[in-house]
Amino acid sequence: MTAPAIELKGISKSFGPVQANKDIAIRVMPGTIHGIIGENGAGKSTLMSILYGFYKADKGEIFIRGERTEIPDSQAAIRAGIGMVFQHFKLVQNFTVLENIVLGAEDGALLKGSLSKARTLLKQLSEEYELHVDPDAKIEDLGVGMQQRVEILKALYRRADILILDEPTGVLTPAEADHLFRILEGLKREGKTIILITHKLREIMETTDTVSVMRRGEMTATVKTAETTPQELAELMVGREVLLRVDKQAATPGETVLNVENLQVVDGSGVERLRGISLNVKRGEILGICGVAGNGQSELLEVLGGMRPGKGRVTVNGQELDLTGAESDARTRRRRGIAHVPEDRQEEGLIMDFFAWENVAFGYHDDARYQRGVMMNNDAIREDAEAKIAKFDVRPANCWLKAKNFSGGNQQKIVIARELERNPDLLLVGQPTRGVDIGAIEFIHEQIVALRDAGKAVLLVSVELDEILSLSDRIAVIFDGRIMGERLPSETDERELGLLMAGITDTDKDHSVDEIEENLAHATGKAG
Amino acid sequence: MNYLDLIQILDSSIRLATPLLFACLAGLFSERAGVFDIGLEGKILISAFFSAAVAALTGSVWLGLLAGIASSMVFSMIHGLASITFRGDQLISGVAINFLAAGMTVLIAQDWFSQGGRTPQLSGGARFSPIELPFAEALSGVPFIGPLYADALSGHTILVYVGLLTVPLTWYVLFRTRFGLRLRAVGENPGAVDTAGVSVVRLRYAAVAICGVLCGLSGSFLATGLAASFTQNMSAGRGYIALAALIFAKWRPWYALGACLLFGLLQAISNRYSSIDLVLFEIPNAFVLALPYILTVVILAGFVGKAVPPRAGGQPYVKER
Repeated sequence: MTAPAIELKGISKSFGPVQANKDIAIRVMPGTIHGIIGENGAGKSTLMSILYGFYKADKGEIFIRGERTEIPDSQAAIRAGIGMVFQHFKLVQNFTVLENIVLGAEDGALLKGSLSKARTLLKQLSEEYELHVDPDAKIEDLGVGMQQRVEILKALYRRADILILDEPTGVLTPAEADHLFRILEGLKREGKTIILITHKLREIMETTDTVSVMRRGEMTATVKTAETTPQELAELMVGREVLLRVDKQAATPGETVLNVENLQVVDGSGVERLRGISLNVKRGEILGICGVAGNGQSELLEVLGGMRPGKGRVTVNGQELDLTGAESDARTRRRRGIAHVPEDRQEEGLIMDFFAWENVAFGYHDDARYQRGVMMNNDAIREDAEAKIAKFDVRPANCWLKAKNFSGGNQQKIVIARELERNPDLLLVGQPTRGVDIGAIEFIHEQIVALRDAGKAVLLVSVELDEILSLSDRIAVIFDGRIMGERLPSETDERELGLLMAGITDTDKDHSVDEIEENLAHATGKAG
Repeated sequence: MNYLDLIQILDSSIRLATPLLFACLAGLFSERAGVFDIGLEGKILISAFFSAAVAALTGSVWLGLLAGIASSMVFSMIHGLASITFRGDQLISGVAINFLAAGMTVLIAQDWFSQGGRTPQLSGGARFSPIELPFAEALSGVPFIGPLYADALSGHTILVYVGLLTVPLTWYVLFRTRFGLRLRAVGENPGAVDTAGVSVVRLRYAAVAICGVLCGLSGSFLATGLAASFTQNMSAGRGYIALAALIFAKWRPWYALGACLLFGLLQAISNRYSSIDLVLFEIPNAFVLALPYILTVVILAGFVGKAVPPRAGGQPYVKER
């Protein structure tokens, strides 16, 4: 029997009172793709950081190819043949591809020899694994898919035969993700061992040979992928039965609430972010906007939410909104019945150092019922906050806790509680479940659908295609500041949306990944 | 103004640019590695004092130079300790160093020499003496080029030439060596360096140490080459002007030379002319004296186009989970 490529025994790691990893044991066989799945904060990243020498485990042993190995730092991990592709790429933006690949693995004190040797080797690697990239391109000019290839090449250049990928598809379009998985298959055929960390069940089912599930720092199960189902994995992750699809009735749209005509936005550095967008959202309807991050969807939300000036004509319930003048602020928008759950809850949705009850009042703190003469009526605010926290099942249910001390899902529930409880006519909601665990996702989705069923209009922006497909009643695809088209969720699929997201409208034909990459890099290049 | 005046102005421009150049390149190394250093000023000052003091006490300018570099290094390491090891605020640490140097130099000078916070006048072997470049004498007769070479370029102290040579050296180290690649990377994305298995801390300390040496040279030249003693606050904002020059130069060595020569030229003009007569009106003396500082403000206000500092500049590196 061959020795496992990686075997961990009894790995434990605590950060203060938080036990991130508890007695973890795992065996990864060589030449396989092994998935590790778990919710945010389940301890996946900590475990991989231990394997890559970022953290030292409090307890436990690491065996690489059957040999006990100490990994005190990344250098040791690289020596042991471990390569890591981080979720946030570790690339120097203004260096060339070649310089990034050579960094830290130079041959001598002078660069010239190292660079020319790397050029030759890179060419070989590119051809062997079909990872084509221009060695002299600057990283900042490349799209994310291409940058990810550079990261993989970096690991291969260091002769890694165990490759760890942390949430690799978070930033990719479906076509790019498929391409990545083909690359991983190729690497597997060459005998490389691959560990894939993700929270997406579909990816696990499609690509892995075995899968380990983590929950609250513990490894709850390791199973053969062929012998399990997404439902079973989800239950292992969450520890209870979960609904994977959103349970909702067909929409019954009423009259138009939001109407946007030819909306244009130019940002502070003079770049056109929105190039004339028109759309509408009706009562009792969820309009989903999907697109690769950075194509104007954030700006759309910000203009409508009153956080950024724009040009064009926007009406809510037939009344025109002021897009540039004195009435274009977020407060006036709220008075007009627009609630906004911003994309980045930590930067824009909450003040992390403030208590939960203060956060529940933000934006509405000048409400008459929160006033007591010239003072604020904090008792009233707290009472109100406690009711909302109870209703939206925020845990722990303690309004004296600072926002930063809640988990991502519960932070998001605080924001949603604040905005939804105002009974808005129009809800603007950005990335409602980014970094939120499965249990909370279910709850948040239910709340959004309930708002729709109460006859409100919802504009949903998300980079998660699954979310867009399952929540929306209508889908608009945004690319490079323009709407590429609208589709009904029942009449489209990930493939078609993926192509539209890359600005390709003739979706009947086949398109290569390179074409998609090219288009996206072009768009984001202009935007960035 | 005739040609000879011009030569003389150029001559003093080069001399006045030298301390700026050392400090600017010092800042370049530090900031390229991601450690902002507003404490250049303090390091120049402390080095100026210890160079002058040790040169005065021993009679040897070389020992003075060593003392200057050593003192500047000590301050550099304090900055490194605060901003790299303890991940403190780099601005505060730098400002503290400036205050410390301003107070300490005068205090020790008074204690050692009792001359009102100065060091004694240096002479002979306690000062750097001018060096004649080869053929300066022979070529001085050649029209036009002769005086330029013999009077403007030749006849400076050794540190001026060291300074000029440091420019290509810096360029070579930064862009042609492994160390330079890593140094630039650590200022842009320390995470990339760390995950590549290279120590961020060690690299940043190396950069800060180089910064210390170069600031030491700057201060030493100020007190033993440009002047002949230490006087209170003799750095006179050169550390800040060097920072402005660094931004002006967009953190590049050759541009840094150009920027420092420009500042040197302005200083030379303001030293030479009490006022500039422009026929129609006269630029008053106070304005001329303030020119280098006015230019600094203009540059810092961003009138020279977009300068993108190293991306990770000013941020202590913390490993993320």
